[in-house]
Amino acid sequence: MGDSNDAVIRVRGLRTQFGTHVVHDGLDLDVRRGEVLGIVGGSGTGKSVLLRAIVGLLEPAAGSVEVFGTSLLNASADTRQAVGRRWGVMFQDGALFSSLTVRENVEVPMREQTDLDAPTRRALAELKISMVGLPPLACDKYPSELSGGMRKRAGLARALALDPEIVFLDEPTAGLDPISASAFDALIKKLQTTMGLTVFMVTHDLDSLHAICDRIAALAEKKMLATGTMADMLKMDHPWMHQYFHGPRARAAGLDHDASAATTPVIEGPTADGN
Amino acid sequence: MNLQLTGRLVVARLDEVRAQFSTVADTRELCVDLSGIEALDTAGAWLIIDTQSAIQARGGRCDIVGASPLQGELLDVVRQSLPEKAAPTASRHDFVYWVEAIGKNTWRGILKLIEILSFFGAVLACFAGVVRHPSRLRLTALVHHMQQIGVNATPIVSLMAFLIGVVMAFQGAVQLRQFGAEVFVVDLIAISVLRELGILLTAIIVAGRSGAAFTAAIGSMKMREEIDAMRTLGLDPIEVLVLPRVLALVLVLPLLGFVADIMGLLGGGLMSWIELGVSPGMFQTRLYESVDVWHYAVGLIKAPFFAVIIGIIGSYEGMKVGGDAESLGSLTSTSVVLSIFLVILADALFSIFFAVVGV
Repeated sequence: MGDSNDAVIRVRGLRTQFGTHVVHDGLDLDVRRGEVLGIVGGSGTGKSVLLRAIVGLLEPAAGSVEVFGTSLLNASADTRQAVGRRWGVMFQDGALFSSLTVRENVEVPMREQTDLDAPTRRALAELKISMVGLPPLACDKYPSELSGGMRKRAGLARALALDPEIVFLDEPTAGLDPISASAFDALIKKLQTTMGLTVFMVTHDLDSLHAICDRIAALAEKKMLATGTMADMLKMDHPWMHQYFHGPRARAAGLDHDASAATTPVIEGPTADGN
Repeated sequence: MNLQLTGRLVVARLDEVRAQFSTVADTRELCVDLSGIEALDTAGAWLIIDTQSAIQARGGRCDIVGASPLQGELLDVVRQSLPEKAAPTASRHDFVYWVEAIGKNTWRGILKLIEILSFFGAVLACFAGVVRHPSRLRLTALVHHMQQIGVNATPIVSLMAFLIGVVMAFQGAVQLRQFGAEVFVVDLIAISVLRELGILLTAIIVAGRSGAAFTAAIGSMKMREEIDAMRTLGLDPIEVLVLPRVLALVLVLPLLGFVADIMGLLGGGLMSWIELGVSPGMFQTRLYESVDVWHYAVGLIKAPFFAVIIGIIGSYEGMKVGGDAESLGSLTSTSVVLSIFLVILADALFSIFFAVVGV
């Protein structure tokens, strides 16, 4: 798995279960600094559960989760919060607070975590909203007045409010039209290069896997079946992965001509130092 | 003027750096040197760009030098996305504003009244349809709601009415004993419980219990687009959701009122016996002799009207729920407050009506 010292997230032997239903068993995963990692897997294989286990919304039954070299599972609330400040999470439907406007939503993390004064918060929130491609008019709208795609963008703006080092994205392009989806891909890529983000992305979208993911991790049979570039994925002969990456939709996404031709553009992320 | 920046220009330290920036805010020529910057994030980039555009807006010059390629890219992204400075909207709190607000709220109230009336009309029309084709009545739903509204509310309504009877007897006894007119406590309890308190307090409890439940249930269905799904499947939400609830209320509220009447008399009788020594036999005789059966009838006549008010308001507010969780909460509370208010208003109108017709 290359230089694992560079891993900002290190999951070892993760086991999660609901009652007797085991979701993950002995799952290992490294996320390297500055990369876009795409998590794929069939429905119900626990992609979102993995995301929730890493960000601490779910207590794993066994294993360890290290983020920035800090083990989170037995960490104190203060340590967890300190690490939590350095990541942002975008949930599937944005998970915006419905009683707040979009701008107020983006201001929430700033209000809680920094001492910025109100005009600065306002200006920074408006900047973030504009960076994710929402029109200025959207600032004063409530989440229920926005379309699904706009809610996702607003959710991303809130996740990016404090310039985190890692962003977790749960199906960022699901339910978007192809134009918005590729615009969203481009946006994530642009933010990743300019802000030096590490992106952990759960997705089903073969186009975004192809377009922006530096590495892909395939989740099946309760563990990480394989991690590697798109070219590596295409060479795998596991039946499920073959179906996934060589199915009709993969062909439509232009992945399946020739494994060697389908190399992903690997853009070296900048080595941002921790803050 | 030269400004040499060093260290970390990130959101956590924005306040300190901004305080230093304010010292150069009114220069006309500034050269910002970023070569010493260790870390720059969007907040830091925003501060630099904001300062630059402020100086340029005054006709000055501001150069940014020494940025690494990545920092330059970040500065460009921020510059491109910088929203136009919107003119701050003047807050209006003058006299005209208040008058306008009163007018707007009044108009909104009138519109709401019309909407509630038309919703009531739709429910009546649906009811007429069901009367013509009784097979369209959702019998299972009707019985289910009758149990929810009626059977399950019996304990709380009984206890409430019993305690009201006890309180009336006790308070009446203290006053009536001064005149040696203890026996009139029976008239006091019977008339107040049968005519007013029994049914009114039952209606208030049902409004809080079931009216709120109607709004919450229908509202969350509306939020999850279940109502829209019904419409596309050719189901009439009023027939499926509203009519069974309102009908169940109309059938059950008089029964609950009856239970409340009995329990109120029981509580009052017990307290009169303990406190005033009015024996149960004496209480019964006095009740037969001096309390007209019309007092009981007047109370129960009001029950179906209260039921319609609670059912219609509860369902109407549920239908008004929009896409967000906030509106569900606020409309549920509106539903309870409005239906209790309208029940009391209707009760007052009934009092005037019965006084005029002499019952």
